[in-house]
Amino acid sequence: MKVLLSGNEAIAHGAYVAGVTMATGYPGTPSTEILETIVKYDEIEAAWAPNEKVALEVAIGASLAGSRALVTMKHVGLNVAADPLFTLAYTGVNGGLVIVSADDPGMHSSQNEQDNRNYAKAAKIPMLEPSDSQDAVLLIDEAFNISEIFDTPVILRTTTRVNHSKSLVEVDVERVRKEETYEKNPQKYVMIPAHAKSRREVVENRLNALSEFAEQFRGNRVEWGNRHIGFITSGVSYQYVKEAFPDASVLKLTMTYPLPRKLITDFIEQVEQAIVVEELDPFIEEQIKIWGLSVSGKRFIPAIGELNPDIIRGSLADKEDDALEESEALDIELPGRPPMLCPGCPHRGVLYTLNKLKLVVTGDIGCYTLGVLPPLEAMDTCICMGASIGNATGFQKATGRKDVVAVLGDSTFVHSGITPLIDAVYNRGFTTVIILDNRTTAMTGRQDHPGTGKTLKGYDGPPLDLEMIVRATGIQSVKVIDPYDLKVVKEAIKEETAKDEPSVIIFRRACLLVERPNTKPFMVTGACNGCKACVKLGCPAISWKEKRAQIDPEICSGCEVCVQVCKKDAVVEYAKVDRGAGI
Amino acid sequence: MISVISDVKNILLVGVGGQGIVLAADVLSQVLVSAEYDVKMSEIHGMSQRGGSVNTMVRFGSKVFSPLIDKAKAEYILAFEQLEALRWSDYLKPGGVFIMNTQKIEPLPVLLGKARYPQNIDELIRGKGINLLAVDADSLAEEAGSKKAANIVLLGCLAALMPIDRGVWYAAIERRVPPKTVDINKRAFDIGYDLTSKPAFIV
Ligand SMILES: Cc1ncc(C[n+]2csc(CCOP(=O)(O)OP(=O)(O)O)c2C)c(N)n1
Repeated sequence: MKVLLSGNEAIAHGAYVAGVTMATGYPGTPSTEILETIVKYDEIEAAWAPNEKVALEVAIGASLAGSRALVTMKHVGLNVAADPLFTLAYTGVNGGLVIVSADDPGMHSSQNEQDNRNYAKAAKIPMLEPSDSQDAVLLIDEAFNISEIFDTPVILRTTTRVNHSKSLVEVDVERVRKEETYEKNPQKYVMIPAHAKSRREVVENRLNALSEFAEQFRGNRVEWGNRHIGFITSGVSYQYVKEAFPDASVLKLTMTYPLPRKLITDFIEQVEQAIVVEELDPFIEEQIKIWGLSVSGKRFIPAIGELNPDIIRGSLADKEDDALEESEALDIELPGRPPMLCPGCPHRGVLYTLNKLKLVVTGDIGCYTLGVLPPLEAMDTCICMGASIGNATGFQKATGRKDVVAVLGDSTFVHSGITPLIDAVYNRGFTTVIILDNRTTAMTGRQDHPGTGKTLKGYDGPPLDLEMIVRATGIQSVKVIDPYDLKVVKEAIKEETAKDEPSVIIFRRACLLVERPNTKPFMVTGACNGCKACVKLGCPAISWKEKRAQIDPEICSGCEVCVQVCKKDAVVEYAKVDRGAGI
Repeated sequence: MISVISDVKNILLVGVGGQGIVLAADVLSQVLVSAEYDVKMSEIHGMSQRGGSVNTMVRFGSKVFSPLIDKAKAEYILAFEQLEALRWSDYLKPGGVFIMNTQKIEPLPVLLGKARYPQNIDELIRGKGINLLAVDADSLAEEAGSKKAANIVLLGCLAALMPIDRGVWYAAIERRVPPKTVDINKRAFDIGYDLTSKPAFIV
């Protein structure tokens, strides 16, 4: 039977069929739905780890014990998990271990555009790249086989267009049952220098064996067409090439590290001109050029952003006379539609106050990062998850300034905010750390984390006690405050930033998408004098019309934050009206 | 080597996060799968969930490669919101069908009074020589029982123009919407369908 699956659903299905018994990861677009789909299989132990490094370490444990283990993360997550990864390459595996690295060319939802194919090369481990959902199912299976046959972790590298596009997949396949046993083997698994030195040789020999294997691998194949141009391509770029040049010859690579040298050489020799089409870095191109073969790629194909058939056609326009149809451009400038904090978002009042107090705000990654945009404009930095606290300590130490605060979310604090907080105390900083505790990982679609106590499998355990963790680092002053109460918010921030010691304020209120309080919408009365104080909250429910503020009762959540900023008492509860049956 | 003429058709759905575009696209692609086409569908989630601009691309035919629709290649555009309709209007193929919901959702710069929401969007689009059907899907959906079924009204408008039985659409709707809302959604679908199946609507 064929069904329409997203790349992420296909990976989950493929992992089930491949007999995976352990799946871990940390949320991150575009990878998140893999674990959210896999959780439905009773046979698979699926879990959100506090961060990607822990996720990989748990998977390594499961693999050592003989299970097939899958780890999922977005591209930047692999930076966090890189430390275990590079040594795992030396120890190898027992049960197969596959790491899904979901890259985001075009940065639809990411802070950078790194090309994680470079990790395969740097760690000297094999990598596979699916071009659509059917490929993903086949390659997950291949990845586990390669992992066990060659005793190596394998990277399955995807991109947003593969993770989030849907295509047809053949799904009638039976699950593989695989049982391995654990045997103690310190020479293989305890990487002291003496052992690592011999494993180093194993890694090199393994790469040679994998290169041989890549020549025969069924995923690497030539589709002959006219031999005018031969395209060498992988991942979703393969689909774009087929779309743009249906008649050309194509070498489709699904194993992109190590590369099949003979297959590529033969292909290049049989076409007039060989062009590599790949998104981001010239990863394949450079390897081919090192062999002294004649090939081009980034000379024509952009290295920045996503590709699509139009871009590929356009880049090669003077090669093929396939002129681009130019469409008429609009002559008016359209307002953009940036993402916004939801009506009633508990982050809003805190960000508003930080802006009012004109503090230096070292920020972090989460919904609150949207607070950098007008009108809140309450963020000075955003580097990577957990960076806010270290950034604040460094800034404050370099300047001696006290008006510096670090702002991060609850999931981010658990992910990588605890170690820098320990540093702030230990190294005698005096930063104020603000934890926006909305009881969820909101940005990526509301995943639970240790701070909520609920697991991916639905076990409702005791939540991590953030106050206790903070106190255990040596912080003396910890406040827990409702972010809807603007007066208290402001007082707390002023008080804590005035201190000569590091302190923590936890602003705690659940994300409205997780828990919706039973509040009524508000409206603006004729008392409005047009001062715009409420408009500066950047609430999607509040608009500026004919020199007066207006509230859309359909989307107002009734958080009453705007009521508190109005000096004319012009915001009042909306008269209850019947707004139709909800679906 | 003979060039293969592609029979692939493209449908672009655009609007704002929260308008039910993903659901409409799911029903649509399910229908296309039932009609035994090869189907690919591309959507971007993530930041777009926070009230950002959303687009979903659906492609079908005997063999589909790219999940993306190139500019000026969409046979159909289904726009759930006016500004987004205008933003994506370059994607319509000459002679294509453009169905637009008349709803307006103001983006942040407009809410803040920093930018103006363009006036007379329907005229601007028609001015490009596009055959535009502007539908007040929200009101029509309310007639069917709930404003939230506006996405299915629009889907109904599209369905009447495609060579697939009404029953196949019903089945896909039944499978995808919450059980309690099946009747409302089917009514919403019918309202949209009847609107474009009238002979007066010339494509
Ligand atoms: C290393 C890394 N992993 C994952 C992500 C994806 N990501 C972006 S924000 C975020 C978590 C946000 O949660 P929280 O800090 O609680 O803030 P909220 O969105 O709930 O406001 C995640 C997982 C990332 N950017 N970097």
